[in-house]
Amino acid sequence: MSNKMHIKLNVNGKDEEFLAEPRELLIYTLRERLNITGPHIGCETSHCGACTVTIDGKSVKACTMFAVQASGKSVTTIEGIGGPDALHPLQEAFKEHHGLQCGYCTPGMITRATKLLEEIPNPTEEEIRFGMAGNICRCTGYQNIVKSIQAAATEMSAAKEAAE
Amino acid sequence: MIPAAFEYHRPQDMDGVLAVLQEHGDDARVMAGGHSLIPMMKLRMADVPHLIDLQDVGGMSDIEVGTDTIRIGAMVTQADIIDHAALAGAAPILREAALQIADPQVRYMGTVGGNVANGDPGNDMPGLMQCLDATFTLVGSDGARAVKARDFYEAAYMTAREDDEVLTAVTIPLPSGGYAYEKQKRKIGDYATAAAAVQITKNGDTCTSVAIAMTNLSDTPIYSEAAGAALIGTTLDDAALKASVAAMLDDIDPADDNRGPIAFKKHVAGVILRRAIERAWSRA
Repeated sequence: MSNKMHIKLNVNGKDEEFLAEPRELLIYTLRERLNITGPHIGCETSHCGACTVTIDGKSVKACTMFAVQASGKSVTTIEGIGGPDALHPLQEAFKEHHGLQCGYCTPGMITRATKLLEEIPNPTEEEIRFGMAGNICRCTGYQNIVKSIQAAATEMSAAKEAAE
Repeated sequence: MIPAAFEYHRPQDMDGVLAVLQEHGDDARVMAGGHSLIPMMKLRMADVPHLIDLQDVGGMSDIEVGTDTIRIGAMVTQADIIDHAALAGAAPILREAALQIADPQVRYMGTVGGNVANGDPGNDMPGLMQCLDATFTLVGSDGARAVKARDFYEAAYMTAREDDEVLTAVTIPLPSGGYAYEKQKRKIGDYATAAAAVQITKNGDTCTSVAIAMTNLSDTPIYSEAAGAALIGTTLDDAALKASVAAMLDDIDPADDNRGPIAFKKHVAGVILRRAIERAWSRA
């Protein structure tokens, strides 16, 4: 019934153009059309945060946005944050501090945490728990996720001071 | 979780929005942040053949704190409310409530306009706006009109907004005195089991004015004039608090659902209202 639309996205610095039905959710565009499989589908009902990406400076659940809504915008996924050859301090900290067990929630956790540390560079434990409340983990009990984010915050602040 | 197919419209101005609404009537719906509507479309509980995305329309993203009133554009997000220092100074109850809505990701997207216009009894802003005696601006092809929040809600998802109108702004008289938004929820991101919005003023130890509204305890928000009247002129002693809670319980009509049976909801409503009144009073 509906016409396909011409959609333009910049994903992790790369321009993408394609035709898609308006009902195509961004998470499917990323995972199935662009083969960017870091953002996961957990609940698909806006609760779990596994699909979290950053769009124009906001943490967004990619299961609750149509790709066409994001047309013209920049999207950052976990792939755009760091990779095996150059881990982001948050990725390094999650590894060092056992911030994950099964790893399913981790891309969403780290993507959300990058934004949280932008807004609050040295958050308290309470600020971390409140700022990460849109991401659910069923393995860790969150304790080591909090530790990982605290460790990354310390590391990133030190690196920033050293650079200044 | 794929919604039914629809046509997507992204007009550049309000005339464009109204033209689509005129053409398609109740087959068209406007969308701001989409965090109420898209989940409903995915569940196929909302059928939206024509979706109108408001993101390019402009002119609805400002918060203006004036000397007598506060004007909040419909596209202002919950995150914008939380971050706005002048607003937090002028009407701190808005920030206190916004911090209790959903989770960080949802608050970046969810808007004031969507929250109040949707008509979902679970949304927090409708009750809050009734407490604050807000006025909603509705724009249609015949121009703009104003409707009081206290007159806006008719039933679940049924409001005074006509199908071809768009809610563009919320105007709030500058509140005074103490405030509290108290919400009981099962988990982060959940709607309230019960929530209460209270604004209260005092002269010495005597309560001089109070506004009380309750959320998710009927198929509309409930502004309880009687609950407020029970407090005015008192020192908020235990008898007055009990009378206020009893009056509120007479006004609500909660449903038995997965947040609990009716008796439990009434119990929680009483606890929450009492806490809200006491906290607002301590700040008055």
